[in-house]
Amino acid sequence: MTAFTEPMRALTLRLDDELFAIEARSVREILDLVPVTEVPNASPFAAGLINVRGRVVPLTDLKVAFGMQSAEPDQDTRIVVIETEIEGEPSVVGILADKVYDVTDIEPAAIEEAPRVGMRWRPDYVRGIGKRRGEFIIIPDIHRIFELEGRRSGSPNASEERAAS
Amino acid sequence: MSSDPTDTFRQEARELLEQLEQGLLDLEQNPGDADLVNSVFRALHTIKGSGAMFGFTDVAAFVHEFETAFDKVRKGLSPITPELVAVALDAKDHVHHLIETPDAATDAGDAILAALRGIVEPDRFPAAPMAQSATVAANVAPQVTGRWRIRFKLPEDALVHGTNPLLLLGEIADLGSCEVTALIDSVPTLDVLDPEACHLGWQVDLAHPDPTAALDDVFLFLKDGMELSIEPLAAVVAPEPISSPVLDILAEDVPVLEADEPIADAAPVRTQREPREPKTETAERAPTSLRVPAERLDELMDRVGELVIAQARLSQMAAQSSDGNLKTIAEELERLSSGLRDTTMGIRMVPIGSLFSRFRRLVHDLSRDLDKEIEFITTGEDTELDKTMIERLADPLVHLIRNSVDHGLETAEQRIRAGKPVKGTVRLSAVYAGAEVAISVTDDGAGLNAARIRAKAEEQGLLTPESRIADHDLFQLIFAPGFSTAKEVTSLSGRGVGMDVVKRTIDGLRGKIELSTRPGEGTTATLRLPLTLAIIEGMLVRVGNGRYSIPLSAVEECVELPAEVATHSRGRNFLDIRGSLVPFLRLRDLFNTPGDADTHQKVVIISSGEGRAGLVVDQIIGNNQTVIKQLSKLHTDLETFSGATILGDGTVALILDTSRLVSYGQAHEEKYRNTEGRAAA
Repeated sequence: MTAFTEPMRALTLRLDDELFAIEARSVREILDLVPVTEVPNASPFAAGLINVRGRVVPLTDLKVAFGMQSAEPDQDTRIVVIETEIEGEPSVVGILADKVYDVTDIEPAAIEEAPRVGMRWRPDYVRGIGKRRGEFIIIPDIHRIFELEGRRSGSPNASEERAAS
Repeated sequence: MSSDPTDTFRQEARELLEQLEQGLLDLEQNPGDADLVNSVFRALHTIKGSGAMFGFTDVAAFVHEFETAFDKVRKGLSPITPELVAVALDAKDHVHHLIETPDAATDAGDAILAALRGIVEPDRFPAAPMAQSATVAANVAPQVTGRWRIRFKLPEDALVHGTNPLLLLGEIADLGSCEVTALIDSVPTLDVLDPEACHLGWQVDLAHPDPTAALDDVFLFLKDGMELSIEPLAAVVAPEPISSPVLDILAEDVPVLEADEPIADAAPVRTQREPREPKTETAERAPTSLRVPAERLDELMDRVGELVIAQARLSQMAAQSSDGNLKTIAEELERLSSGLRDTTMGIRMVPIGSLFSRFRRLVHDLSRDLDKEIEFITTGEDTELDKTMIERLADPLVHLIRNSVDHGLETAEQRIRAGKPVKGTVRLSAVYAGAEVAISVTDDGAGLNAARIRAKAEEQGLLTPESRIADHDLFQLIFAPGFSTAKEVTSLSGRGVGMDVVKRTIDGLRGKIELSTRPGEGTTATLRLPLTLAIIEGMLVRVGNGRYSIPLSAVEECVELPAEVATHSRGRNFLDIRGSLVPFLRLRDLFNTPGDADTHQKVVIISSGEGRAGLVVDQIIGNNQTVIKQLSKLHTDLETFSGATILGDGTVALILDTSRLVSYGQAHEEKYRNTEGRAAA
């Protein structure tokens, strides 16, 4: 878990009924919902592909990583395109957001470590919990989520069995 | 790419050294080939020249000595022997070493030069003292003299191109005692004088038996466009009688080298004959190629890829529109962009021969180290592949060839006992197979030992003793990580060690590797690779709501799924295609596609290597140009897809991995056969 020493400039967004903050530095652009190509047999975390300016980018759903309910997209749904590393390879990925708010600075003093107990989610997926105007903001550990969820994608053996059955 | 000129030199030198190595290896086979000797000599000379120009003085000095020794060979004073070639190869390695690490000690060089001189030491030629020291050898023996008048004038832009006339004069002076006069008649008056142009000519009276060949080398890079005349000064100084028979031949007639504008003279004028011809030929062929940084080609390819996608969108719009002009433009653009695509891909295509030639040295050295006589045969050098592919193929091929030589070929005694020729054969070949290239390494050795591989596989838990497996699949186990039949591992290489790396590299290139073997007769490893990594022709199909692209090169035919098979949802998934049974896969099942299948489903028959399989789809949409985009790490473990592409409407479509699907089909077929077999028993 990384300690926060400087104010974090973050993009705030909503997943289900929780507020999340993603490092603004890593955000490349925010898109309206575009046509998504489903990837058969991929994990629900990264079930689709989108075209971002001529580039094929996986579309991921953090709600899957956090075990939250997926909802039908509506007019507030956005895709946040971020840059991160997956298994050491610089990658561009899209993240589904139910709503995107604004860019804000979160003071280090307002960020606490994720409690080991009493949380609905895997503690290692949360870098910290910030507070703003009395509201809790979850700061997800994007790097770690992609590292672990990436490995779960697909199950080639299952598809092989299906193919051969 | 760095603009550092020394990098350019290094790169050039690497190519020249490779050329040199090939020349030497060829010479070992055909010692009498004068063209080869000349090409070796030229390579040396160029390295020396540019080495000196870029400040690699050690290189230049060493190559000079190397060249001097080799000059004996060129003059036919020393025969070409395997020993000579071996030492020359060492010398070549040393030059390589000097160029890559210029600060390293040069002691090794002296030993190599000594060995080289020891070999070329002429014992048949009367003027033996010449060879005692290389430097003396460079200056032609003083006792045989003639006087020659050399007049030359460089092209006006020679100085701009970096030619230093003083160095040229210095080189001529090295040939013998001489007297130099500057010819100033064409120097213009000061007001029109271009200070960067070379207006001077020179006249050199040189004491030398016959300097034409040596002067050829001095002016090697300048011959085009310069004026040069060489004539004997017979009238001025009577030539002394020439004693050596060799020199008699050289001095036969009075050769005058004619350049662009020969200076008229009383002496008979004549262009020089045969010996120089190959040289002029290369000079004419050479200057049409251009050196371009590889990254720029990659960038170009990316741009073309984007253009193709944009063009596909335009075509789609035009198709929906009723505007005739728009349609015309869209068609025109389609034609242009597909032409541009082909040209761009063509630029990236490199003949595989450049890669093959590297392995001759490998086999040469392996042959020596392992004491096995090997004939190395390469075919299909003209086969062209994407340059990135060629670069990445080098290591896997080294591995396969090493394995063939080390483990495939038996020792001489074993071969004799088996009634085979003592000399083993390793064959490296490349052929086009549809839109694939098949590269194979074949040896005529003992073949793979299926029993031993099986035992090893069981030991490593890859197989259970009771499991049945076809040889074809058994051999694929060799590529499993860490698989190695330890019994045969030697210090050099062991089958299995690193074979998984070979497999990974080939997979990464979207290629396949196959092994076939006949006990006692040999093994063939075949790499099947796509021609290019960037853009392919694809067939677009629909399965449910998803659209997928199938590489057209893999598509054999499309048939309708017979109604009786379509309703038969499980069980015998085979189609009778003109008498042969082809297993088929329902992509709807494979992809868990929701909804009902179309009533008239189609089957796309694809092939890969030996196998075929049918893919059941809902609809065949048509052909499209598929710009291949790699999948991210999040999706690379999905085995049924090799990549993705962007369609004309901007959406993403997945590209099916045909070879993987074919092997699924085959696994399916085998399973079916096994059950049938058991049912029959």
